[in-house]
Amino acid sequence: MLELRNVTKAVGGVDHIRDVSLQLEHGSLNVLLGPTLSGKTSLMRLMAGLDRPTSGSVWFDGKDVTGVRVQDRNVAMVYQQFINYPAMTVYENIASPLRVAGEDKAKIDREVHRAAELLKLTPYLNRTPLNLSGGQQQRTALARAIVKNARLVLLDEPLANLDYKLREELRAELPKIFSETGAIFVYATTEPHEALLLGGNTATLSEGRITQFGPTISVFRKPLNLTTARTFADPPLNMIALDKEGTDFVLEGGVRLPVPQELAGIPDANYTIAFQPHHLSLHKPHKQAVSVKAKVLVTEITGSESFVHLSFADARWVMLAHGVLSFEPDEMVDVYIDPRHIMVFDGHGNAVGAKPRKAA
Amino acid sequence: MAEANNTTLRAAQGSGATAVSAQDAALERKMRRRGDESRFWWLVPTLYIIFLMLPIYWLVNMSFKTNQEIIGPITFFPVNPTLKNYAVIFSDPSWYSGYINSIIYVVMNMVISVAVALPAAYAFSRYRFLGDKHLFFWLLTNRMAPPAVFALPFFQLYSAFGLIDTHIAVALAHCLFNVPLAVWILEGFMSGVPKEIDETAYIDGYSFPRFFVKIFMPLIASGIGVAAFFCFMFSWVELLLARTLTTTAAKPISAIMTRTVSASGLDWGVLAAAGVLTIIPGALVIWFVRNYIAKGFALGRV
Repeated sequence: MLELRNVTKAVGGVDHIRDVSLQLEHGSLNVLLGPTLSGKTSLMRLMAGLDRPTSGSVWFDGKDVTGVRVQDRNVAMVYQQFINYPAMTVYENIASPLRVAGEDKAKIDREVHRAAELLKLTPYLNRTPLNLSGGQQQRTALARAIVKNARLVLLDEPLANLDYKLREELRAELPKIFSETGAIFVYATTEPHEALLLGGNTATLSEGRITQFGPTISVFRKPLNLTTARTFADPPLNMIALDKEGTDFVLEGGVRLPVPQELAGIPDANYTIAFQPHHLSLHKPHKQAVSVKAKVLVTEITGSESFVHLSFADARWVMLAHGVLSFEPDEMVDVYIDPRHIMVFDGHGNAVGAKPRKAA
Repeated sequence: MAEANNTTLRAAQGSGATAVSAQDAALERKMRRRGDESRFWWLVPTLYIIFLMLPIYWLVNMSFKTNQEIIGPITFFPVNPTLKNYAVIFSDPSWYSGYINSIIYVVMNMVISVAVALPAAYAFSRYRFLGDKHLFFWLLTNRMAPPAVFALPFFQLYSAFGLIDTHIAVALAHCLFNVPLAVWILEGFMSGVPKEIDETAYIDGYSFPRFFVKIFMPLIASGIGVAAFFCFMFSWVELLLARTLTTTAAKPISAIMTRTVSASGLDWGVLAAAGVLTIIPGALVIWFVRNYIAKGFALGRV
């Protein structure tokens, strides 16, 4: 088990990681989700032991490894950039951790071929990495991480620089490959849908803090705070500030949105509600759905779906609708908000009604 | 009326035709002018190369002549070609020891400079520390001082330590100029290697020395080649410090050449042969590292 205890990392007086505590189990798949500069890489470097935390400690299997050199930890890491040893062949690149560990020739040969087979690199073993395509270079780096058989595998946006098809392929393969080894698998990404596809657990990061950690689906469905909800939404989350009066939320223009039953007991106050773009629709999805008039700003068509950017009061919303829609800018449209799918946050940005769960 | 119109039309056509032909002529002139240029494109480079090669040609020419011929009327090729001048150099220890001395201290200097510069350049390229940029610049400014400034302190210092007239004395003195240069060249190459490669190696389990030798040095091989080449060049051609710090045992060839006035006057032929032999090692080294240097100019800083 990898455990971070109140870890803080400051570089030049700027906090990159602020008071992070996290426990990752063996054999688990963990996604670090956050926008660029949210601290994903910094956190991984602390986990790997490449950097020392400014304060706090890192524990591995019950031992304090805070000051242990990276060479003496059993970790593997793959960067977003394709990092290999350019002067060596692909074979030597993959064999490198085994050579350093002093394994015998036969074992090295067996392991390298197994990893190369797994990542479809066998035909390229005698080439040097710079004579390979980007995808092959990254697979070489992944193969090196596999043969090491490390207890902690850190992948820092490993697929971000690959083309779409390869990304899909590898994303499906990677968790399988590493789950066999029983290692702690950590995967950093900026893309919410990538986290959802990978499953496992997700920790959402924002400005160097972990805003929530738990099973990916529950973090996505029931974010504990607005920051998590916003981090875990692509296209951006639709939000609006409003007041609760009795059994309804009152929107601008007097539209009343019924408060979901489970939240009926919350006091009258100012709240922020948020909902996903696909929960805003042109047709009434449910009898409780409420219609509001919004102004079309622009429509983006992506194949069979349309993103309609709307403005309602001070808020800017995005509606994801099926089919190719053509709206004129400044056209007024009726859109429906489904109260069953709204998330409600109080003035501090904390989810209302959700019980803070113990991080798994 | 119709006729008049026709004439004007014809006139217009005519003037049009002349205009066209005038244009053609201008184009042709322009093309011819360009043709003239391309016909003599070789002129300037040839003149330049002749200008560059003339002294070398003259030197080689002299080295195959007898002394009588050299001081006699001008001849563009040796009338009685002779290898006697070269024979003198290869048989007389006071001549050939000069080459041996030069090569010894130049190689020593190359090895010391590169060995010292490698860790220094690594530190400059990988770590930020207080005053690193100033220190880096200060290193470079060492190259700007004329060697004459350092001749006196070096002579006094080495006398005190009994280092005068040893190879290591000259090699160390040349380090003053060559280490900063090597650091500067190597830093450029090292900064071109992403830091993640270092970290990946540490994660793989490499210790620092092993990483440096097995992973890092192959990546900056051309940089090491370029740095060694420049150290060689500066040390090989440097005269003042080498002459000041040596008397007999480690006397460099350049010092021997500039002192060769015998009782019978200047031995022109032998001197010319010595000059030719002095050029050869430099030319050889350039030949061997030419690809590295081309790469070096593109990749690193230099």
